[in-house]
Amino acid sequence: MTTISPHVHSPRQKQGFLAWLWMWLTTLDHKKVGILYLCGGGFFFLIGGIEAILIRIQLAVPENTFLVGSAYNQVLTMHGTTMIFLAAMPMIFALMNAVVPLQIGARDVAFPFLNSLGFWLFFLGGLILNVSWFLGGAPDGGWTAYTPLSSEYLGSGMDFYILGLQVAGAGTLMGGINFLVTIINMRAPGMTFMRMPLFTWTALVTSALILFAFPALTVGLFFELFDKIFGANFFNATNGGNSVIWEHIFWIFGHPEVYILILPAFGVISEVIPTFAKKRLFGYSSMVFATVLIGFLAFMVWVHHMFTVGLGPMANSIFAIATMAIAIPTGMKIFNWMFTMWGGQIHFNTANLFAIGFIPTFVMGGVTGVMLAVPAADFQYHDSYFVIAHFHYVIVGGVVFGLLSAIFYWWPKMFGKFLNETLGKFTFWFFFFGFHFTFFPQHFLGLMGMPRRYFTYFKGEGLEAGNLISSIGASGMAIATILLVINIVITTAKGKKAKGDAWGLGRTLEWSIASPAPEYNFAQTPLVKGIDPLWKAKMEGNKKLTPAEPLGDIHMPSPSILPFLMSLSLTLASFGFIYADINGMGALVFAGIGIGLMFLLMLIHSLKDDHGFHIHKEEIIETEKGAE
Amino acid sequence: MKKNWQHVLRFLPLITLLALLSGCGKDGVSALEPFGEIAREQAKLMIISFSIMIIVVLVVGIIFTYVLVKFRKRKGQEEYIPRQVEGSAVLEIIWTVIPIILLAILAVPTVAKTFSTSDTTSKSVTKDAVVINVTANQFWWEFEYPDDKVVTAEDAVIPTGRNVIFNITSKDVTHSFWVPALGGKVDANPGQTTKLRLKADENGTYSGRCAELCGASHALMYFNVKAVSNDDYKAWINAMKDGASEPTTASAKEGQALFKNNCMSCHAVDSKDAGIAPNLENFADRKNIAGFLDHNKENLEKWIWDPQAEKPGALMPKRGVNNNLTKDQIKQIADYLFTLSVED
Repeated sequence: MTTISPHVHSPRQKQGFLAWLWMWLTTLDHKKVGILYLCGGGFFFLIGGIEAILIRIQLAVPENTFLVGSAYNQVLTMHGTTMIFLAAMPMIFALMNAVVPLQIGARDVAFPFLNSLGFWLFFLGGLILNVSWFLGGAPDGGWTAYTPLSSEYLGSGMDFYILGLQVAGAGTLMGGINFLVTIINMRAPGMTFMRMPLFTWTALVTSALILFAFPALTVGLFFELFDKIFGANFFNATNGGNSVIWEHIFWIFGHPEVYILILPAFGVISEVIPTFAKKRLFGYSSMVFATVLIGFLAFMVWVHHMFTVGLGPMANSIFAIATMAIAIPTGMKIFNWMFTMWGGQIHFNTANLFAIGFIPTFVMGGVTGVMLAVPAADFQYHDSYFVIAHFHYVIVGGVVFGLLSAIFYWWPKMFGKFLNETLGKFTFWFFFFGFHFTFFPQHFLGLMGMPRRYFTYFKGEGLEAGNLISSIGASGMAIATILLVINIVITTAKGKKAKGDAWGLGRTLEWSIASPAPEYNFAQTPLVKGIDPLWKAKMEGNKKLTPAEPLGDIHMPSPSILPFLMSLSLTLASFGFIYADINGMGALVFAGIGIGLMFLLMLIHSLKDDHGFHIHKEEIIETEKGAE
Repeated sequence: MKKNWQHVLRFLPLITLLALLSGCGKDGVSALEPFGEIAREQAKLMIISFSIMIIVVLVVGIIFTYVLVKFRKRKGQEEYIPRQVEGSAVLEIIWTVIPIILLAILAVPTVAKTFSTSDTTSKSVTKDAVVINVTANQFWWEFEYPDDKVVTAEDAVIPTGRNVIFNITSKDVTHSFWVPALGGKVDANPGQTTKLRLKADENGTYSGRCAELCGASHALMYFNVKAVSNDDYKAWINAMKDGASEPTTASAKEGQALFKNNCMSCHAVDSKDAGIAPNLENFADRKNIAGFLDHNKENLEKWIWDPQAEKPGALMPKRGVNNNLTKDQIKQIADYLFTLSVED
């Protein structure tokens, strides 16, 4: 296994399909894991998108019968769950994997094995959730899975939700811990905290949020699992349980979760805007401060999802003020971005269009966020389409715009080729207008009394026009997505090759090495002398960064199939639990076997001596020459 | 092109809001057309927060547009390197402090109104208030008037101009009680009681709905709140206590007998009993069948024949489809149910 050469970037041509498949199943290279995350996240993004289109078809006209009752609830639940857990989260991890080690001048993440395990857990968790469509119906209790509806009143779909998210969530937690350690421990010499690129900062804070938020979800899901499968009564009011506890647990996880998504998007915008304005980020220190503050406040505001639960005006007021406070660091960010562009030279390419489009869109999501923070008014907005509009403005207008910007920006670094700009600009304009047409009218639908998660509405309530515009807008986003897929296919076949500093305007370390990065990333770990080290070096007329070490052999971890097998064993265990609920306790045998296998694989991993392998100096010199 | 469009976008919310405030939707449904004290206070808060936020949007929009136009890359400037500005303490303090001030201005009415609109216990609101116990069920609403020992379902009758305190709970899953034209919602949690105060300004029927996902027919869990004058309200309570008059036609009498044998184990027709299904004592006076269907015999017959075809997941057995009852018998039951009126 130690023979994989660093020259082999596309082994498909040289080896058979099986060898290619084996390479992807066993890879521990953060760049390849990043590509896996991108493919996995992209795949689920398309599924979630199809579900969104189904929703908009049903709601395009009043009293439609295309998708009603539980079928509609299944689609809305899977749309939300898929987009949050299986599309946005893995795409964030794709970026963190592809970029963070390169930005801090590291050769890999701190725990490559965990990294791969995290991916396979996410992917198989996602598959567990999605096979529910074929095995008795998908989850239909909403992505929030409120009890006792989800734990006592619905069918086996919710079993798939509980186990699928449990497995995927474990993967996310591992990823979070991994990046926390990577960023704290593996920075290149001179890369102090206050010299880290903003994307790395947001990755650090997001990882910390994952560390504290996901255990709450894990515990909550275990409670729900016990209620549903083993007849426990955590959330059963008639037997002394309390269903509101689930809401607290869920939102103590759920609110930080949305910041876990948006912070890296902020990070992306903070990279793309300076790069394409040819200016350093305005107010770097306050941007860092704002990021940390938002991360901290993320845990202080969960009750604003629960204003109508009846916790009383005191609790509501306290959480209202805390929620409003978040607008302050967020506002700082918006102004810093605009003043980064002020006096700069703004390049309107696709990556920057998405970053620029992010600003007004996110501001609109932000101001409705402040409006929602007013509890008495929220009693009207809550669980109406106003909320739908708000969180799509921040999650699509924020997170997805950020992700699309990042994909266009870092694509050359990840794959060595540019995406097509013309198609890219069409993608942007279709997506931008499609998005606003879809979600802007929904503010008013909500105020006019249309609750969320309604599979229909009646003629004569004044809701027809808004819903029709919304559905038409959704097709704009669908066209944009199809154009992006076409773009990827075309440019993969014959795209323009990218240099190391692909845009010619790179500021941070990832642009100082070849595109795509060689397996070892940095032939010599660079010495970092300030913020934007590459920009600094270029301005001083240096072609290369000062190395911090002599050229030598580089130690790499061996590939391993164990993460994939471990994830498979947990998948088996999950089906054991799911079928224990559907077919009786006998299926628990499979849960036992799955968990037993997991421990066995952990034992093998611990006992097996694996020294990794070295890429020799000569090979590195050879590779670096080729990259010139 | 971008610039003009951005301007339109900035003003679109304001224009649309004004259009909506002048009335586009159906009367008695929208949160923006309040018909009661609570909804009015909440709409005021919306306007306050919206006005403050529109300032933010305008400021950002103007700077944003200016920056994009002024500092766009122009031809022949490829070699230009902008000055690398680190930041500006003064500017950064300005855009930290001004939002704090704006939010402080918003926070004062927010806290005040949050307390005042949630008040269900102080003397000033409880004196002369009507109390209604609301029990949410999959997928219908029960209303009990504890002071008068009257139970009804689907349509609540309230006196105009008086405070109404709703004590809300759920028999099964979490629901949420929402009458947009009268005020915001509050959840119906199983095993707990939440309180909501509403007050109607004018006589009329206000549409209510469930606002928390509660199962397959969450989207059909409507109810109505009928606001009537205080005298009419008192008359209605007394009429409910007296009960509906006995049926007179032969068909309705047949229907009554059938109802007793087939339906009465779940549905009460006496306002003293709650029953496990909606109380039907004043069924004929209601605005809708099953909360959302138009109130006519044809719909009622369809409903009894196969309730799940109309309302997925409804708990009522399929009397017709399962051959317990013939079409004619269902017609007779419908005739009987349409005699259940306490109004003149």
